[in-house]
Amino acid sequence: MSEVLDSYPQWVDGAWVTIRLTLLGGALALVLALAFGLAGTSRHAAVRALNRVYVEFFRGNATLVLLYWFFYALPLIGLRFATLFAAVLALGLNIGAYGAEVVRGSINAVPKAQHEAAIALNFTPFQRMRRVLLPQAFALMLPPFGNLLIELMKGTAIVSLVGLVDLTRVSKNVQGSTGETVAAFTVALVLYFVIAQVLQLLVRYAERRVDRMLGRGLPARPALDTAGVAGG
Amino acid sequence: MPPIEQPVEPLVNASKDAPVRRDGAPPGIRFEKVVKRFGEHTVLRELDFDVAPGERVTLIGPSGSGKTTILRLLMTLESPDGGLIWIGDRTLWHMERKGERVPANQKHLHEMRKQVGMVFQQFNLFPNMNVLRNLTEGPVRVLGLSRDEAEDRARDLLDLVGLADKITAHPSRLSGGQQQRVAIARALAMRPQVLLLDEVTSALDPELVVGVQDLLRDIARQNDLTILCVTHEMRFARDISDRVLMFDAGRIVEEGPPEQIFGEPSEQRTRDFLQAVLAT
Repeated sequence: MSEVLDSYPQWVDGAWVTIRLTLLGGALALVLALAFGLAGTSRHAAVRALNRVYVEFFRGNATLVLLYWFFYALPLIGLRFATLFAAVLALGLNIGAYGAEVVRGSINAVPKAQHEAAIALNFTPFQRMRRVLLPQAFALMLPPFGNLLIELMKGTAIVSLVGLVDLTRVSKNVQGSTGETVAAFTVALVLYFVIAQVLQLLVRYAERRVDRMLGRGLPARPALDTAGVAGG
Repeated sequence: MPPIEQPVEPLVNASKDAPVRRDGAPPGIRFEKVVKRFGEHTVLRELDFDVAPGERVTLIGPSGSGKTTILRLLMTLESPDGGLIWIGDRTLWHMERKGERVPANQKHLHEMRKQVGMVFQQFNLFPNMNVLRNLTEGPVRVLGLSRDEAEDRARDLLDLVGLADKITAHPSRLSGGQQQRVAIARALAMRPQVLLLDEVTSALDPELVVGVQDLLRDIARQNDLTILCVTHEMRFARDISDRVLMFDAGRIVEEGPPEQIFGEPSEQRTRDFLQAVLAT
């Protein structure tokens, strides 16, 4: 065990690669999720089609194959990325597709009455989205975003297959050099778990902040909708 | 809940310094052969009616008779399937282009909506904003007021509705009656000339109903507003309106001043409806 722990500089470097991939991939995924999720709520069929194409393509592909594609295939047609960048791209595009569905679903889940109140105050479509719908939808997005972030963090393990020395690769290396199979992989398990817990705490913190903004102590739940639209 | 201290003043110059003041007389409203369908179901069949400038009209009638749909058409929450809706001398859902009457674009609707405000059955306050922000967001973002101006206006209106002490409260911390008062103030903060009241007390606990109704009655009496009101509360209809329209199946069955409609309705359909409502 001590031999395994003696190689802590490797563990630290590996964990740092994993964390960087998670944060950069998460940032890219968030931007893509918002952009394509909003596109999915557009009045224009052509804009909604953009959302469908993006979501279906990147959700329907193995992240590892995407990664191979960016890493091995693109250079052959003259596009060469840094390994880390290719990995961030593959992970962000994949998780962003799931995130876009979360964004679209959350916006659609804001009660219609809120949209109508915003029309009654003569907000422009942009203002309705920016001032009323998105802030409320954000509360609904956070829990699934937390799940996706952890999925992303675990998914970074695939980069060890294209030569990046992340946590998974370090555990293999340490196992190889020390022969301490149980200890090496146990340390990796614990480190992944710790990183996931930290991410989870951050998301919880954000959820509490948003709940306070919305004036509720409980997790997000849709408010009562108005009575029948055609009624009266 | 603090009592409403707004006394019922005579109409002379009442709107001069009231927080709801605006310039000019409010517009009248005209429905001209308006048709509205929801799928197979026709809610309004070539409906015609007029509301005079500054007139206060209550729409009564059984559920599904199209009353709320009329308000929603005026607020542009639904679009008509036929006919013309006039607010003042302009059509709401159509605009002139090269001498032709064409369907309204967003810009035209935005322009027309400036005149109209609506209070909803379920209040629909924005839960992501406190009371003050609910009242200032529209005036700042849409009317272009400075934040200070908008906050002054909000404070005046909260005084009017008797909730000055709730200015920083969150909507979820207010009772239904208080939320509805804030919603009324929010609608008035936009200085509408036409005010639409859609069953504004139906969602309130019985003991809160009268306070909100009295508030609206006072606002109606003290301000030069064209008001369309849908309600099942006959006392409120009597208090607030100059004229009552009785609807059934998307048509006007009977109309007249409240004393006549509630006192001696001429149509059997109206008598049946009133009897049913009063029995509850």
